[in-house]
Amino acid sequence: MDETKKKEQASTHKIGIYLWIWGLLFVLSFFSYMVDWYQFQGMLRWSLILFFMFLKAGLIMAFFMHLFWERYALVNVLLWPMTAIACFIFLMVAEFEYTLFTRIFYFAVGG
Amino acid sequence: MSDPKIEGLELKPGFRGMAQDTGSDQTMFKGVHWGKAMMWIFLLSDTFIFSCFLISYMKGRGSTPVEWPNPSEVFALNAFGVPVPLLLIAIMTFVLITSSGTMALAVKYGYEKNRKMCGWLVLATALGGLTFVGMQAFEWSKLIHEGVRPWENPFGAPQFGSFFFMITGFHGTHVTFGVIFLFIYAYKVFAGHYDEGKRGWFTTMKGDYVEIEILGLYWHFVDLVWVFIFAFFYLW
Repeated sequence: MDETKKKEQASTHKIGIYLWIWGLLFVLSFFSYMVDWYQFQGMLRWSLILFFMFLKAGLIMAFFMHLFWERYALVNVLLWPMTAIACFIFLMVAEFEYTLFTRIFYFAVGG
Repeated sequence: MSDPKIEGLELKPGFRGMAQDTGSDQTMFKGVHWGKAMMWIFLLSDTFIFSCFLISYMKGRGSTPVEWPNPSEVFALNAFGVPVPLLLIAIMTFVLITSSGTMALAVKYGYEKNRKMCGWLVLATALGGLTFVGMQAFEWSKLIHEGVRPWENPFGAPQFGSFFFMITGFHGTHVTFGVIFLFIYAYKVFAGHYDEGKRGWFTTMKGDYVEIEILGLYWHFVDLVWVFIFAFFYLW
């Protein structure tokens, strides 16, 4: 009984942290909407979109999904596979650039 | 959530703790309910599914020489006679974040064994999710009326429709299932199943508020996926 009581106490966090993260998510979403509203273009647009996206995703995972408080054994099992996704993205970027190149090339010179 | 205490075992923090947990000849995820660990594994596999969708979308959009439809015009909505870019999508984003916040609070109040608060917050989350699905249905029917099909659309590159329906459809399905479970769990909370330790349907596991956290993980994940869809499909 004592054991479970200790666990319960450890597993609640102050309400303030949730409200803070909640507020931050609203503000960040508002900012990423503003990126479209003001029609930023090019590198500025893409970097802002990615910046707000990763910040939002990080906040949700760290605090709403409690990863910030989990033991490293769980956190690392979940986060390292993401490198495989990053590799896949790099492979497919090379792939679509090649496809685009061949399409434009053969549209121009003919089959 | 954290700080598990196991008798006769000193749990070290950080990477040293990870090495010890992994090599301890015992359960690896110490202090983590098995249901929660399995939900995380499921979410990891779901991450790969959604990543594959978004990567195929990137590949499709990047490899077409035809101009891609401008999402901020395609998804514009008339408000008081003026087209506002991405209006509905912005509202959907805020609704989903709101429901994510109520879910996080529901988990907190669940662990504090505050049955009423937890129940109302789970119910609020379910209603937020329902609103989101409703708005998505509206968005789909609007686009279908405008002639968007998986194979063609009046705005530009024909691939647009197939990626749109595939990605938002799969996400919407996740939200729908989440809403169904949120309503069921709201009932279970109000009925006090987690206070009495009543068993679920397919399990010998006794009811516990940890189930609200597991449900919460799923719901936050749905919100997390939307963050990426919003960035890559609607804003890019």
